[in-house]
Amino acid sequence: MPEPLAECAGVSRAFGRLTVVDRVDLAVGPGEVVGLLGANGAGKTTLIRMLLGLLPVSGGSVRLFGRPPSRAGRRRIGYVPQTLGLYDDLTVAENLAFSRAVFSTAPGLADVPESLRGYARVCVRDLPLGVARRAAFAQALEHGPELLLLDEPTSGVDPLARSRLWETIGEAAGAGAGAIVTTHNMEEAEECSRLVVLASGRVVAAGTVAGIVGQARTAVVRAADWAAALRRLEAAGIRAVLSGETLRVPARPASGLAQALAGLPVRISEEPATLEERFFELAAAGISAP
Amino acid sequence: MTGPGVWGAEGVSVRFGARQALDRVTISALPGRVTAVVGADGAGKTTLLRCLVGALAPGEGTVRRPDARRIGYLPPGTGVYEDLSVAENLRFRSASYGIPAPAAEREVNKYLERTGLAAARDRLAGQLSGGMLRKLGVVAALLPQPDLLVLDEPTTGVDPVSRADLWWLIASAAAGGAAVLMSTTYTDEAARAARVLVLDSGQPLAEGTPAEIVAAIPGTITVAAERPAAGDERRRSWRRAGAWRVWQPGADPGRGEAVAPDLQDAVCVAALRRELGASHA
Repeated sequence: MPEPLAECAGVSRAFGRLTVVDRVDLAVGPGEVVGLLGANGAGKTTLIRMLLGLLPVSGGSVRLFGRPPSRAGRRRIGYVPQTLGLYDDLTVAENLAFSRAVFSTAPGLADVPESLRGYARVCVRDLPLGVARRAAFAQALEHGPELLLLDEPTSGVDPLARSRLWETIGEAAGAGAGAIVTTHNMEEAEECSRLVVLASGRVVAAGTVAGIVGQARTAVVRAADWAAALRRLEAAGIRAVLSGETLRVPARPASGLAQALAGLPVRISEEPATLEERFFELAAAGISAP
Repeated sequence: MTGPGVWGAEGVSVRFGARQALDRVTISALPGRVTAVVGADGAGKTTLLRCLVGALAPGEGTVRRPDARRIGYLPPGTGVYEDLSVAENLRFRSASYGIPAPAAEREVNKYLERTGLAAARDRLAGQLSGGMLRKLGVVAALLPQPDLLVLDEPTTGVDPVSRADLWWLIASAAAGGAAVLMSTTYTDEAARAARVLVLDSGQPLAEGTPAEIVAAIPGTITVAAERPAAGDERRRSWRRAGAWRVWQPGADPGRGEAVAPDLQDAVCVAALRRELGASHA
């Protein structure tokens, strides 16, 4: 196996008495896209900041390109923050030219990628969000980074535009770059080659989507009157999620609902859990664990 | 769709200067049902919701809504006073809708307990995390038990754990008989609603139950491990879950393996048809 581009080995970080990241192992190799999932406060941002060398670790070690994080290592990273990191009052071409000058890759050359050519002279603040995201990707990829850090890279765009952005990520990975993607969007998580799920600072699951969902099941209730069924479950302390006109109860066997719904005209069955349902189960277990 | 208690908009258009923000959009919100408006940022979702609550008068078309006191609204911002505590916000909201204090207190406690906000009741709203702030905004909007509950992107940027709490709040309001109309940028979330309107650049791309929208996709969708090499088929392809989907507009499914499409595929095809123009209409 080639040497990982980024590697966390037993990394911890505490702020005072609060441990925010707790013995996390994570590695990204060339061509891999690793999705980092976790509820707010699970430790994703702290982990990314340690990877970037912006925050020292309290324990364990972080290695970027086989060495401790450094300024030289930063040049080999492409970063797209949630806020995109573009200058609103510069045009697309100016933003790209500036970034080229900073990374000293062919300074002054103001070539704009094909997909952005129609917007080269438009100020970033006047761009539709989907186009602004494409520009941020172009800027992050321009210096040929070996590692991409993408924070919620496609939030707020429509599914076709998201698919086009993922083409770009896929091309970079195909050319040998590795990527770490943080996301709350399960459709996006399914694009990653591997996922790492964090809860309360710890890794609670890692692997492919199919591996993480595994055999997890969800109870599904089809009722003539879903509202009545919801109230019954509610009264029994069981939380159901409405989906169309059916109710889904993650992490519960169908048999566990029969008593609460007794006497109502309902059909209870089980279906494979979705990634979001499995994630919810993992996050809830991670939070309640000591 | 009209009838007693059916709220909505018919043929609504809004223009901001030269920009057509909404172009003849029709939507119904039925009592006891969740209706979702799904689209990218800038698609016109907020403008449509503002028309529905009466905050904006459309240039054309008609809106059917209950009396303002029977509407609950979560605007795109926080929808609460950031310099009041959680409890103060909810007390103020109840009082301004004329809900008697003891009844309001019971309702407030129920929602705070169930959404994990109880421990934060004395914190200033401005100090809450994003997910908690959205939950507070939704609780405030549904407290008066409105006939029409309009929620502008209640779950955007919210993690899946808080999202489950928000969906519980939304389902409770619908179970109580409210017509719930919510907007979202997530297609998988819209697929949980009873009815969906897909908006793109102010225009309706599709409308109906998720099943109806999926059934209306013309042609077939196939899946391929590699992206089609060139030409028309390449332009009709998009990446999904590490593989490629290809839309085959004709009756002939082509060489690929057909897949059972979902709402996300339907939205992609609708956007492709618009992109490719009349040749595939």
